[in-house]
Amino acid sequence: MRKFILATALLGLGFTAARAQSADSLLDELDKETKPTKKEEVNFTFKATRINNTSSVENLAKGVLDFRVCHRFGLLNQGAENFFGLDNATTKLALDYGITSWLMVGVEHSTLNKENDLFAKVKLLKQRKDGTPVTISYFGNISAVRKSTLPLPTGAEWHFSNQLAYTNQILIARKFNDRFSLQIMPTLVHYNLVDSSKFSNNTLALGIGGRIKLSRRVAITGEYYYRLTNSDMFVIGSTAKTYNALALGVDIETGGHVFQLMFSNSFTNTERVIIGQTSDSWSDGGIHFGFNISRVFTVVKPKEFRGKEGKW
Amino acid sequence: MKKLIIASLILAVSGPAFAQKYMTRTGKISFNATSPKSPEKIEAVNNEVAAILDAKTGDFVFQLPVKSFKFERDLMQQHFNENYMESDKFPKAQFKGKIANMQEVNLEKDGSYKTTVAGELTIHGVAKTVSVPGTVVVKGGNATASAKFTVHLADYKVEVPTVVADKVAKDAVIIVDAAMAKK
Repeated sequence: MRKFILATALLGLGFTAARAQSADSLLDELDKETKPTKKEEVNFTFKATRINNTSSVENLAKGVLDFRVCHRFGLLNQGAENFFGLDNATTKLALDYGITSWLMVGVEHSTLNKENDLFAKVKLLKQRKDGTPVTISYFGNISAVRKSTLPLPTGAEWHFSNQLAYTNQILIARKFNDRFSLQIMPTLVHYNLVDSSKFSNNTLALGIGGRIKLSRRVAITGEYYYRLTNSDMFVIGSTAKTYNALALGVDIETGGHVFQLMFSNSFTNTERVIIGQTSDSWSDGGIHFGFNISRVFTVVKPKEFRGKEGKW
Repeated sequence: MKKLIIASLILAVSGPAFAQKYMTRTGKISFNATSPKSPEKIEAVNNEVAAILDAKTGDFVFQLPVKSFKFERDLMQQHFNENYMESDKFPKAQFKGKIANMQEVNLEKDGSYKTTVAGELTIHGVAKTVSVPGTVVVKGGNATASAKFTVHLADYKVEVPTVVADKVAKDAVIIVDAAMAKK
């Protein structure tokens, strides 16, 4: 009898063990069955579609509209009389839209030089875990400034094309880990109207940008453009010197927004100005405080959310 | 006696070999964590749930990539992955357990069967024992397992920052809907 009880108990134990094991073996089976065919994408290299002043590799999702307000204040070294530059500001208003997950476009208006911009950003390659090491995007932009800001000699024939400049960038970014991302951006800006006796129409520059996350919701960011050519070009319409652009900032995420606060030596944040026409110098205290605020709207709902409500 | 034990053992060992399994790779899990004070609804759906049911033992497991949750608002999806679920660190959520009253479910006969599912649910890297009521609907040789239950976010160490504490529900409602076919 005793033996029988023992045997039953053993059998019972055996069954229990077999049961736990079989749930695990089912999980193993699932793992085998669901081996992903592609390596996993690395997402969220940056928090926003701009690092500070210029573009990151991040795109808006399909069907998302982003309304952006970007302020750049006057110079800190203007002192207390001008409230350290805060009495004076330029504003850029922008509407960006994600047409597909890999293509976004935008229109922008900036108060400095009354500049209007059209741009497109195209995702070409996506970083993958244990796979493709970098994400690569193309950014292209056409900009037109107000006529009166241009130094056209009187009597010269006027063409609309004189107002235009084109920016082309390849954005190459890598998210090294959860905290650290780095981006380099070879850039070519073509200015249709320059004093061609002194300068070339093309400014070639190499940009570098990055972010370090301090916490889940706060990151410090920076970007710098080093001009390889045309580094002695004057500010548009004047003979003032230009500088390489450097910006340092903080991204703060609160619920539905990302606030970007920054210090930079540029008085606006259009590519045309930033890359080739930055007018102030960090070393002279020529620093502008600025911020970007963005508010996103879902215009086209993802297909999973079309036409059904209230199942909860 | 000995013979009986040996026979039982053989049965126990060989049983799983004959077991019929039901499986899907496109099961659906949705959740809702909207609170009365949420400015917009916090809900998402994942259509990449892989699930297997062992018809004989009632063992049931499912697994899903957390990044495959789709939200109506992309920014919310980004925050969900980056700040709440930390999906780079914890890429998968899973359940392993069993349908406790499997003997009452006749997979050969069309119908709707009430079940109790018990096991271990892992979300955000935290495993918890759960037991929830569910349903298995059998139709034309396929089995659809579904369940609706709530999880307490704090149990799974999903932190909600104090500034938005009343804008995200403390408990999320989860709906599982896995339509499985014979494997």
